Amino acid sequence: MIQAFAFYLFAAIVIASGVMTIGARNPVHSVLWLILAFFNAAGLFLILGAEFIAMLLVIVYVGAVAVLFLFVVMMLDIDFAELRSGIARYWPFASILALILLAEIVFAVMAWNAGTVVAAKASPAAQGVPNIELLGRALYGRYLYIFEAAGLVLLVAMIGAIVLTHRRRSDLRPQNVSHQVRRRPEDAVVNMNPGVGQGVEL
Amino acid sequence: MTEWFQGTLGYGFGWFVATLILILMIALPLMLAVAMIIYADRKIWAAMALRRGPNVVGPFGLLQSFADGLKVFLKETIIPSGANRGLFIIAPILTFTVALIGWAVVPFGDGMVLADINVGLLYLLAVSSLGVYGVIIAGWASNSKYPFYSALRAAAQMVSYEVSVGFVLISVILWSGTFNLSGIIEAQRSHVFFLNGFAFNPLLFPMSIIFLISAMAETARAPFDLTEAESELVAGYQTEYSSMSFALFWLGEYGNVLLMCGMTAVLFWGGWLPPIDWAPLYLVPGIIWFFAKIFLFFFVFSWVKATVPRFRYDQLMRLGWKIFLPVSLLWVFLVSGYLLVTKEQCPVGTTELASVRTDDEADRFMPSCRSQMPNLTGRDRAAGAHQ
Repeated sequence: MIQAFAFYLFAAIVIASGVMTIGARNPVHSVLWLILAFFNAAGLFLILGAEFIAMLLVIVYVGAVAVLFLFVVMMLDIDFAELRSGIARYWPFASILALILLAEIVFAVMAWNAGTVVAAKASPAAQGVPNIELLGRALYGRYLYIFEAAGLVLLVAMIGAIVLTHRRRSDLRPQNVSHQVRRRPEDAVVNMNPGVGQGVEL
Repeated sequence: MTEWFQGTLGYGFGWFVATLILILMIALPLMLAVAMIIYADRKIWAAMALRRGPNVVGPFGLLQSFADGLKVFLKETIIPSGANRGLFIIAPILTFTVALIGWAVVPFGDGMVLADINVGLLYLLAVSSLGVYGVIIAGWASNSKYPFYSALRAAAQMVSYEVSVGFVLISVILWSGTFNLSGIIEAQRSHVFFLNGFAFNPLLFPMSIIFLISAMAETARAPFDLTEAESELVAGYQTEYSSMSFALFWLGEYGNVLLMCGMTAVLFWGGWLPPIDWAPLYLVPGIIWFFAKIFLFFFVFSWVKATVPRFRYDQLMRLGWKIFLPVSLLWVFLVSGYLLVTKEQCPVGTTELASVRTDDEADRFMPSCRSQMPNLTGRDRAAGAHQ
């Protein structure tokens, strides 16, 4: 009973906050609704017994990705009137996209009802073994090469992003800590004894 | 206790009542602890500045925090007319809630834990990453320049330091073989000869230092308190807040600091275990050792706050990304390399692991193999200490 209650609670909040994400007038509110949706999706994973994925969802999406979203959206200068004026122009294209997505969902549900490609559905977890371990054994055993390849793709994407956005600025003088620490009074201070009326020559 | 309630009130409702009571048993003393730790912070800070600190309200000024609490409670809640009303009110509540929920998985003693979940460490990481939202939302909803600057700083600062904290946690997990906090504490029993704690391990000690400094940055304590640097940003994200909403930020901040001190104790200094694995020391209840360790690290936090000047923002970013990140990444390589060289892999498909009975035999294998040893009777020396 309690599982059913929790499921409907989380599912209802996920859907409602998903609707609010696209419906909210303020983009910052949209991101916050999105975060609520992520959070409740993590709750759904918990009910499924996938506590590791639930925690990862919170750490990666809520803790890192959504913070950066919020960071960017808060600093955007958005003209709402201009955004809304585009609706008339784009709605035919948008409705075609929506129809395609709807058709795909219907198709997927039909295919799923007809039976999956894999002969038997795998049981979620052996009793008593944490699913982090099961996931680890699968990822680093059977799917090791695919997993490493995925890591490599991410590495390339990261390096690419840095290379594309990094620009060298010649007008900056960054702090060099070791240079500052190495500096001694002898390097900085010179005792002079200038004659009267002559001044100092450096 | 849960069983007793379930027996008298029925299974579901009994569980509910028992859990509610346990939550209150953690949350209410925590509130008291936060009030006293604010007092302790002010006293320590004052002593280092050769001042007397709070000394008027109650004996030795012990009731100062309660007087302050009463004062802010009686003040008027002011919501700026330009603020985003709903979010402005939610932000301090969020900060305070997040500071409380982290304690759900912290083991206070042997078996004294509200939720003994096997992703405990990830849960704590998730909760600590949620802490930034209170600050960002407060800064944005205030609709004011200084709080907004503060929110942007907080977002960048907390995300940066979480990365190196993650690597520190990975090296701890590698050595303990579990994400469960009670399991991590058990793994530290006589970790180095007779010393309890990963920090006594020369390979993990640098990580404990990185963790402590990152914890200061995560909780935006001095010297990393750039989010509320009064010389630049008035009071940062708290500028527009007053009355109880201000107090909630204050309480949440100290609650987070205590949680970080507790995490340092649990991850590196043996949690509720005494520092030395010697039977008479186990006569002192584990919860006292744990609180003593929390207070010790809180003293370090106060000490640093009183003595170290505030970092500049670019120095903070440099420390996080150019020093802590490479060093902690290198240390993950060192720790995993050491374990690979010295420990055996878990044998697959044999009954070798099932025959392991004592700790010394279990130490031959990788730490993560322990969950596949059904006949391991727990830490044998622990059993001796409890008898």
